[in-house]
Formats: sequence, C-alpha cells, structure tokens
Amino acid sequence: MNAFLNQLPIGLSIGAVLLLVALGLTFTFGQMGVVNMAHGEFLMAGAYTAYMLQSWAGRQAVLVALPVAFFVAGLMGLVLERTLIRRFYGRPLDTLLLTWGVSLILQQVARDLFGAPNVQVKAPTWLVGGAEWSGIRMPYARMFILALAVVCVVAIWFYLARTKQGRRMQAVMQNRELAACSGIATSRVDQRTFFIGSGLAGVAGVGLTLIGPVGPALGTYYIVDAFLVVVAGGLGQLRGAVLAAFVLGLLNSYVEYWSDASLAKVVVFAVIIGFLQIRPQGLFVLRSRKLT
Amino acid sequence: MRRLREAADAVASAAVRWRGPVVFVAVALLLLVAAPAALSPFRLELLAKYLCFAIAALGIGLAWGKGGMLTLGQGVFFGLGGYAMAMHLKLAEAGPGQLPDFMVWSGVETLPAVWEPFRQPWFALLMVVVLPGVTAFLLGLLVFGRRVRGAYFAILTQALAAAFVIWLVGQQGLTGGTNGLTNFTSFFGLDLADENDQRVLYSVVAVVLGLLYLAFRQVVASRFGRLLVAVRDGEDRVRFLGYDPALVKTVAFTLSAISAGIAGALFVPVVGIISPALLGVVPSLEFVFAVAVGGRYTLAGAVLGAVLLNYGKTTFSEHYANGWLYLQGTLFIAVMAYAPKGVIGVAGQVRDFVAARRGRAAPAVVPPARVEEGAAA
Repeated sequence: MNAFLNQLPIGLSIGAVLLLVALGLTFTFGQMGVVNMAHGEFLMAGAYTAYMLQSWAGRQAVLVALPVAFFVAGLMGLVLERTLIRRFYGRPLDTLLLTWGVSLILQQVARDLFGAPNVQVKAPTWLVGGAEWSGIRMPYARMFILALAVVCVVAIWFYLARTKQGRRMQAVMQNRELAACSGIATSRVDQRTFFIGSGLAGVAGVGLTLIGPVGPALGTYYIVDAFLVVVAGGLGQLRGAVLAAFVLGLLNSYVEYWSDASLAKVVVFAVIIGFLQIRPQGLFVLRSRKLT
Repeated sequence: MRRLREAADAVASAAVRWRGPVVFVAVALLLLVAAPAALSPFRLELLAKYLCFAIAALGIGLAWGKGGMLTLGQGVFFGLGGYAMAMHLKLAEAGPGQLPDFMVWSGVETLPAVWEPFRQPWFALLMVVVLPGVTAFLLGLLVFGRRVRGAYFAILTQALAAAFVIWLVGQQGLTGGTNGLTNFTSFFGLDLADENDQRVLYSVVAVVLGLLYLAFRQVVASRFGRLLVAVRDGEDRVRFLGYDPALVKTVAFTLSAISAGIAGALFVPVVGIISPALLGVVPSLEFVFAVAVGGRYTLAGAVLGAVLLNYGKTTFSEHYANGWLYLQGTLFIAVMAYAPKGVIGVAGQVRDFVAARRGRAAPAVVPPARVEEGAAA
C-alpha cells in the first residue's frame, strides 16, 4: 500500500510533464491535423530561452521565461506555418516528414549556437527541495510543473470555450468549409492556432528545465510520447489529452516500479494498441458524419 | 513513308517495353561484375551496406509508396532480423555449450532459453523472416482492423520503434544492451576478415536485393498490387466494393517488415554490428527519408534513394560532420515541397513543366497527393 502511494506522485508528475508537452499538440495536431515533428524543437527553444534569460534574471529566469518562451516558440511556429506547412494542408503524412527535416535543422542550429553538451538552468531557490507527507515525497519542482499544467489547461479551456477566437478555432476544426462559408477567415485562424500550439511548447520547455538538463536533443525525448497522448486522448479533445496524459503517466510509474523501466514503455505501447481496439479514435471522439 | 512511321512506332514501343529489363540487367551487371572489380574492399563493403538499406527500402516503397502506409518503425523489423542473425553468429562462434562473449562479461551464467534454438542455422534463418513478419502481421491486424490509419498509424509505428529500442537497451544480459551484438568472425563458413569472402558476401547481398526486387515487382503488378494502390487512393471505395482493406494493408505491411528483416540479417555480417542506435526513431525515419528522396512511387526509386542517400551521408559526413544535418534537413524539405516523386520523378516533372510552358496540354499525371481521410477525421 505504501509503495502504491509512493508511486502516485511520481506517476502524477510524469503525467503532468506528458500533458504539458502534449498540450500544444492538441492545437496543431488536434485542431489542424498537422503532425509537427518540430514540436519537440519548440520545447527545446523554450528551454534555451530560460537558459538565455538566466544571465540577467538570475534564478528567477524560469518565471520570466514563461511568457517570453511562449512568444519565442510561438513565433517560430508561425514562421514555420507561413513558409512551409501552409503548402501541405490535407497531406498530414507529408507534413510529418517535412517537419522532421525542420527539426533536424533546428537541432543542429542549437548545437552550433549553444554547443553540443547539455546546459543547466538553475531553479529558483523556492523551488529547491520538496514536501513530505507521511513518507510520500514530492519535489517542489514537480509540483510547480503540475500547477503549470493545470493553469495551462484552464487557460486553454477558457480560450476555446469562452472567447470568440477560441470558438472560431473550434468551428474551423469541426468543419472548415462551413466555417469559411460563415465568414471566418480560416487561414488567419490557422495562423493563430499554430502560434498558440507552438507557444505552449515553449512554455512546456521552460517547465522541463526544472527536471532535467537542457540539450539539443531535448525535443526528441518527448516528441513520441507527446503524440501518443494525443492519439490515446482523441484528436482535438482537451479532456482526452488530460486524462490520457495522467493515465499513461501513472501506468508508466507503476509498471516501472513493479518491473523495470525498459519494460514500462513496451507495456504502455501494448496498452495503447489494446485500447485503440476498443476506441480506435481515442478516449473522446467528436461526433460527425464523416466516414471513419 | 507510312511503313517507315510504323516501323519507328514499333521500335519506340519495343524500347518502352524493354526499357525496364534492359536497365535491370545493366544495373545487375554493374553491381555484380563492375563494382567488385573496380572498388577497393573498403568501398565494396560500404556499397554492400547501402544495398542492405536498399532491401529495406523495397518494403517501404511497397507499404508507403504503393499502399500509403507511412511506417516509421522499420528499424524494429530491421532489428528483429538483425538480432536473429547476430544471435546465431554469436552462438556459432562461441561453439557448442559455450556462452557468447558479451554474456560472460555481463555475468550471465546460463544461456537464456530464448537463445538456445538459435544455435540451429535453419532456425535462425527462419526467424529472420518469421519474427518481423509475425510482429507486423499481428500489429497490422490489430491496427488496420480497427481502421487506425494515416498519421495515427505513423505515430504508433514510431512509438513502437521507441519502445523497442528502450527495451533492447534494458535487457543487457539478453541483447547486449547499448553495445548490441558485435565482433563477428564468420558467416556460414565465410571468413569475414578475408577479402575474397567479403566479395562473396557482397554478391550475396546484391543477388538477394535483385531477387527481392523482382518478387516485389511481381507483387505490385499482381491483382493484389492493384488492390493495394486502390486502397491507398480510396480506402472507403475499396471497402464498398466488397474487399477488406485491412487485410490488404496488413499483408503489404507484413511484406515490408519481412524485407526489412532480411535487410537487417544481411547487415549484420556486412557491417559487423547490430545495436539499438541503428534501430531507433531516427534511423527508422532515415529509412523512409531515403525512399522519399529516391522516389516513393516506384520500387526502383526506393532502391535508388537508399543507395544515393547513404552514399551521400558517408561521403558528406566524412568531410563535414556537422553540415550533414543541415543538408539532410534542407534536402528533405526541398524533396517534400518540390519533388514529392523524388529523384526518379524529377525528369517527368521537368518534362511536364516544359510542356506546360510551351502551351501544350500537360500529359495527365497521376496525382500523388491524396488526402488521408483518417487523419483529418
């Protein structure tokens, strides 16, 4: 029982990290159907933003970096959308490969700018250490990430459900032609969606600096898992992504505890394949009359 | 005059009909006769390596080019074939009743039960085909049966590659962990250090590539091949006509996995190592990348791409290690954006462009771009 409780915060924090890195994808992949492999490099861009800001913000760099990274990564995404991805709408598989080319270039740029070795971002002093309740330890940094994920989810939910722009975004996702007929400038909505999705990756990247070193390969560690979360959660479904991220995080931590880390990934993969047998389109599905 | 024209037409149509076989024979002669004579042993070994990748590329050409399934997990099947072969070579080397060297080093005392049957050459050879084939078949049945497709399928295969590599690294005593399996001295009686035997090994690889190419061509030209293309271009229509697209895709995916497995098995004696670093997400993507560069819609394009790209990679990274990633990335973007039919399709694209410029109606081109409904829905 104690082991069970001990693994709980670990699982939750893995889940929070997964959720944070996958949130941006619910926009770019979920809303627009763009498989952006460079998403991982936007995470990296966010992390390096925090690293750069250290020189004048010192230990509070992480906080300052959150909004800055959002804009940095968002702008990168916007440029990518305007120059390349725009030409590839309706060809999701080609975008996947195209953006992989972009991600290779960005990784090499990072290597040339910041050097191949990993760098460290110092966490603010108030995030060092951890809390303990009756033997269950939870580092403050992990709690911060969990909180960051929750804040992001609430903000996104509010944006999508309560603002005019967000509702337009949903309309375009559900039926592009009809949205265009109703007077929505779909290409502008696409730009905005891509900006926000990429910006969220930047925010996630700042969060990642708290739990590990920052390096040019940062994105590649997270990208596959992030996509799995979206696949398991259902395309463009915020609640699906939240649920899937935490379920996968907990699953990961418990399997890892009972067997070993190398098996955990295999089990998670098998569970997802099994799960897709029951719900091939993920946890939550947007009902439509499209052929599936 | 008229007879002259008829004769010219006959020659032209014969040229079209015989172009394929003539090119095939020419390439075969080039690879089997000219290359071993002209290249140094070092270069010949590299060429053998490229040909191994070309064998895997055949499968990608079938699954992705003809079937529209973007499989980003070919490294897994390449690895299954490779490890099956490597396990046999290690055991054959250790001798009866002995343990492979890496197991002794990592403190394993008894041979794991999984390893035991690989002492038999026939079992190892069978497993080279069966392991990747069965894995892909089961995965295909599960995934395609539930109509998971498009980008979802691509992501799942990618996750498979990631999970497989992590598992391999974790099972140190069973698979050699990060180091993989290496230090092979002989391959079914061939001495891998001997130059003549290396040449024989190279010829084996080239012949296998040629045979598989012919076999895959046969598959593409058959009824099944047409059905596969039909599934790519309109899966729902194929279903409405009473076929089962899931089965068609599963079979094509299985064939592609088998070709990757054979490629991996030949890769082991040629290069002398099989390790997780060769099989993960990035190497799997590179397999696909090569096919895209060569031209995914024809098998010849897939083979050409694998050889060209790996050649380019070796030569380029010999001189500028860092520049290669820039070049690879840029090349990839350029191919996807401007030449979706790859190197092999560029000639046709130029012809169409010139024809369009002259004001003539451009000849009908098969539209390669297709909206994958599954991904957007």
